[in-house]
Amino acid sequence: MTHTAIAEQIDELHDPSSFITRYIWSQDHKVIAVQYAITAILVGLVALVLSGLMRLQLGFPDSFDFIDPASYLQFVTMHGMIMVIYLLTALLLGGFGNYLIPLMIGARDMVFPYLNMLSFWMYLLSVLVLMSSFFISGGPTGAGWTLYPPQAILAGTPGYNGGIILMLVSLAIFIVAFTMGGLNYVTTILQARTHGMTLMRMPLSIWGIFVATILGLLAFPALLVSAIMMLLDKLAGTSFFMPAIVSLGESLDYNGGSPVLFQHLFWFFGHPEVYIVALPAFGMVSDVLSVHARKNIFGYRMMVWAIVAIGGLSFIVWAHHMYVSGMNPVFGFFFATTTLIIAIPTAIKVYNWVLTLWRGNIRLTTPMLFAIGFIFTFTHGGLTGLFLGNVVIDLPLSDTYFVVAHFHMVMGVSPIMVLFAAIYHWFPLVSGKMLHTGLGKTHFWITFLGTYAIYLPMHYLGFLGVPRRYYSMAGTDFIPESAQTLNAGITVSAIIVGVAQLLFIINVLITLRSKKRTVHNPWEASSLEWQTPQMPPVHGNWGPKLPIVHRWAYDYCVPGAVEDFTPQNVPVDAAHLSEGEAEAQGDRS
Amino acid sequence: MNFFSTLSEKPWLATNTPQPAPAINAITLLNYQKRIALKFFLAVVTVIFSLFIITFLERSQFPDFQALAGQPWQPLSDPWRLWLNTGLLVAASAAMQLALHYAKHERRGVVLVATGVALVLTVQFILAQLWVWSLLNDLGYYLASNPANSYFYLFTAVHGVHLIGGLLVLAWVFISLSRRPAADAQQSWARVGGNLKLCANYWHYLLGIWFVLFALLTSSAETYQLLAALCGF
Repeated sequence: MTHTAIAEQIDELHDPSSFITRYIWSQDHKVIAVQYAITAILVGLVALVLSGLMRLQLGFPDSFDFIDPASYLQFVTMHGMIMVIYLLTALLLGGFGNYLIPLMIGARDMVFPYLNMLSFWMYLLSVLVLMSSFFISGGPTGAGWTLYPPQAILAGTPGYNGGIILMLVSLAIFIVAFTMGGLNYVTTILQARTHGMTLMRMPLSIWGIFVATILGLLAFPALLVSAIMMLLDKLAGTSFFMPAIVSLGESLDYNGGSPVLFQHLFWFFGHPEVYIVALPAFGMVSDVLSVHARKNIFGYRMMVWAIVAIGGLSFIVWAHHMYVSGMNPVFGFFFATTTLIIAIPTAIKVYNWVLTLWRGNIRLTTPMLFAIGFIFTFTHGGLTGLFLGNVVIDLPLSDTYFVVAHFHMVMGVSPIMVLFAAIYHWFPLVSGKMLHTGLGKTHFWITFLGTYAIYLPMHYLGFLGVPRRYYSMAGTDFIPESAQTLNAGITVSAIIVGVAQLLFIINVLITLRSKKRTVHNPWEASSLEWQTPQMPPVHGNWGPKLPIVHRWAYDYCVPGAVEDFTPQNVPVDAAHLSEGEAEAQGDRS
Repeated sequence: MNFFSTLSEKPWLATNTPQPAPAINAITLLNYQKRIALKFFLAVVTVIFSLFIITFLERSQFPDFQALAGQPWQPLSDPWRLWLNTGLLVAASAAMQLALHYAKHERRGVVLVATGVALVLTVQFILAQLWVWSLLNDLGYYLASNPANSYFYLFTAVHGVHLIGGLLVLAWVFISLSRRPAADAQQSWARVGGNLKLCANYWHYLLGIWFVLFALLTSSAETYQLLAALCGF
């Protein structure tokens, strides 16, 4: 692939000339990344509060007047959609993607900085449109994050007028924003790598972001298509998804539409979406593990192949979300098979993370704790995925708390563990300051143990048959009293974990206010983003000359090397000891 | 580049990378990057239309679906208006290609005229599609009265929106070309040529998509049945 560093050729680097162009209408990828991250975290906090409100109702039913069945469903819906789309996707790709891509590949910026800036502002607009639904008559939609028709747009469902319309419009705007950003990410990775940075020398973070972006570009259109068609069903009375139906005793004008068609479209987006979130997380956790274990990532090539394979396979597993939808049963077995096949490259990655740790010189730093925590939570969530991927096991477990526990372990807790690992790891690069270790480790242990206290019992609730999305389970014969006790315990754990996140926020605020600066490259990492002349990197990243890359990003503890890490931009000759020096070093050890 | 040989490289073998060769021209590089981005964007557009088409084929097999062509009394059985519109888009596409050709020869006047003609013809195409909408509406083929009608309006609207997006870019290219002095030589023409190439490719691609939509919308119920069967519906 032809690739030439942009910085040596482009004469205009859109230098900021005022406060506005530096921090507001900025075209610098680092500022845009921080803008994305702050917006995503703020909207994520809203979703966290919503989950707390849900848990209050489930743990202590009918104790809180402000939570009624309608608002409960609205909390469920908004929590899910915000977390999946507006937090995880935006933070992993818009936040970390923007920050890391140019720095890790040795570029000065994205190739289309103006488009990049527009991408953020469109994203912000989508968030504002979504949030505005809290303030309209009827409130936000309560259709569940999957927005299934016909109920999503029919009377009886909370927010069936303005709420669902704003949700669909917001999603459409988000997809436009994502497309703008995504085109930038892939073009930058393919076209703006610095000299010597071959595709196979890229850190796994970049591979994860690259493949996830391609998945996003190809999968989000399915959501866009379904959003447009559902909007037409709602606003213009078409019958794409709406069958002939009697609603609240009234026969409606809809006729012949197919709700299952919507489900196919939704999950054609929805399952790749899992990997749009997971692949960048896989990549980033690989890099964090390698740096803090002082070992090269085990099986780099296999890791890259696995990312590519998972990306491809993620488009042919979607209907494992639809075993109970009434689709052709033969399809179920096809999708069960593909689901089990995708477990193979995923398992390879888990083995390789563990083998990276094996006999490593492990530094149990805060990011490392979160990264190791991720291996546990992801393995856990992945294994329950094997249960649900099988048709015969999925049928009785479908729509129970087992499913809730599974996807929260695999798609909620796991990416969040990686996000925290990544934030603790790259915070010194972004701010020049090191987050407080004691607070960070306390944050980790409460979060890690707390999430297990939340989600392990949920599997049991699922086995009991406790259905998800129900406002109240009182008086249901097959659910024993003990289920309520468990629910109360889960709620207490959830509130503790939720409140514990304040530790993280306090840590960030204290650190930002502190004047103490950390050393350059404090983790002694060899990847390129830590080798900028200044830390944090300034506009243009690299000073007058771009770096030249001579090696991959994982040269740790290489026998005969001058130090226990060799940055990517150090030439081969300079990285190794002479024979005499090596012997002397051998004697000392 | 062979994708598989790239993926089988052994990155753990460090090698001294020689100093970079002299950089290629900035505009050439930027044009190349834009072309890559356009390819990905066209992939996105392809997915959007493919998904719409697949839902159309699935929906066409429901009993309430009444195709708009196939029988003499159906409105698109003799789609001469759509042929006329297609002619406009073909001419717009040809004008784009002409503009691109003369941009290589740095004939500013001809390029301006050809780009202007492409702009006008494309606007005419969109207006003519609205004219077809109006006629269908007058005949009682409303948006919500049948899924076949719904898809006709939906397909043409989505295609039109893509064209309008292209028109905005082409208008910007046209304005920047008309403002730029002819003496601004090499760099200016490289930039204009690059942008025109992107626009031309986009126009040709949307023309191709229109051919597919045209064929689909004017097919008979039997054709839909066959296509749906091929897709497994």
